[in-house]
Amino acid sequence: MSFGCCCGTCGAVAVADGMTGYLQTSIGPVPRVAVRWTWRDRVGAWAVCWGLGRMRYTVAPGLYAVGTPTQEAPVLVTANYKLSFDHLRRALDGFDAWVLVLDTKGVNVWCAAGKGTFGTDELVERFALSGVAKVVVHRKLVVPQLGAPGVAAHEVSRRTGFQAIYGPVYARDLPAFLRDGMRATPEMRRVGFKLRERLAVTPIELVHRALPVAFTLAFFLASSGLGRHGYRLDFGQWPWIALAVGANAFAGIVLTPALLPWLPGRSFAVKGAVTGVVLGAILALFCPFGWLAGVSAGMLGVSACSFLGLMFTGCTPYTSASGVKSEMRWSLPMQGALALAGVCGWVASRFI
Amino acid sequence: MEYLSDVVTLRLDREVCVGCGRCLEVCPHGVFSVDSGKARIDDRDACMECGACARNCPVGALYVKNGVGCAVGILNARLGRKSACCGGAQSGCCSS
Ligand code: SF4
Ligand code: SF4
Repeated sequence: MSFGCCCGTCGAVAVADGMTGYLQTSIGPVPRVAVRWTWRDRVGAWAVCWGLGRMRYTVAPGLYAVGTPTQEAPVLVTANYKLSFDHLRRALDGFDAWVLVLDTKGVNVWCAAGKGTFGTDELVERFALSGVAKVVVHRKLVVPQLGAPGVAAHEVSRRTGFQAIYGPVYARDLPAFLRDGMRATPEMRRVGFKLRERLAVTPIELVHRALPVAFTLAFFLASSGLGRHGYRLDFGQWPWIALAVGANAFAGIVLTPALLPWLPGRSFAVKGAVTGVVLGAILALFCPFGWLAGVSAGMLGVSACSFLGLMFTGCTPYTSASGVKSEMRWSLPMQGALALAGVCGWVASRFI
Repeated sequence: MEYLSDVVTLRLDREVCVGCGRCLEVCPHGVFSVDSGKARIDDRDACMECGACARNCPVGALYVKNGVGCAVGILNARLGRKSACCGGAQSGCCSS
């Protein structure tokens, strides 16, 4: 398990993905990483964002070299999730550094720190196994700030004799941080949630929600067959039903996250519900459903968008567990009641 | 963007604090400042209960019940299932 260095010592093995060869050091050959992304790295990064084959996206834990690091070169710690590693090595273009990869079971720094796998114990153990203390003369480790929920810097210092210094939140700020004598500006310490970041998670959200959306669509398409005169599918309604379900899914999964700062309220269930109300009103006005079915569709939309808004809390870097629990307490019953009323109204409208 | 007000479990014991500034350094939301040699909670509602400050306070002056602010994870936990939340769509996977 902990033989991360095996592939570096078991004879003439092929150089692994993202590596350019080996650096000979006093502790043996250390794999040297490429700082430029290849097309395979790009495709991999893209596939990860779409939730494809993520489970295998790992790097062997252990010590790596970037450029030609000397005894003075900084030591940077990261997770063995390949995308974390890729962002780090790309940011280090032009630098000489040592990279210590912890075994976080292929999970990124932030999530692994929350679970404790990116933690003090793993760091201290990996540090000892890697022999990094023998290749540098300084006594400093740069730990990513997002790893702080799992790592106690003072304990690392006590147990390794190395001072743990928190690096910036984003790998892209590393060059500035290193050039400035390992000092991070207050801005580098803050987690942002800009439009680009909010939309970066939509692909995987779309993939995750595809199945429930398909079920919902099938249910309402089938419901068009209900009526006083027995069961006969009403194909004329299908485009409208598909439009309504599709629009709701789009609103809940893409619009709410995109418009987050401008939607009223602080609660995500409220923000989602607002999107749902606006969309529901538009649909009720323009779809030829009749008043009862129109209102029911609106209620279903509010319920769905509010629920999807609540689900989006998992993708944000600023919602607290206490906050999410508190809004779940009132919003889940409300969403359930609206959904029930909506389905009843929708079905009833078929019989009157 | 601010989340709900007055919900988080963050607590600071100013008596114990030695003003080292570690909490300022690790907090991703700028919750703390140091004032006359002690930490102070400036923006409590910005706290996301990640637990970084409490874990890194060398004297144990901070308390926070840390957890992941994710409805899917909380629901799954309540249903006795393993959380499928973090590691999936958690932000940072795609952007950093
Ligand atoms: S728990 Fe996290 S977000 Fe809250 S104050 Fe501590 S470091 Fe900041
Ligand atoms: S980390 Fe602890 S001791 Fe240091 S300033 Fe913050 S509360 Fe005070």
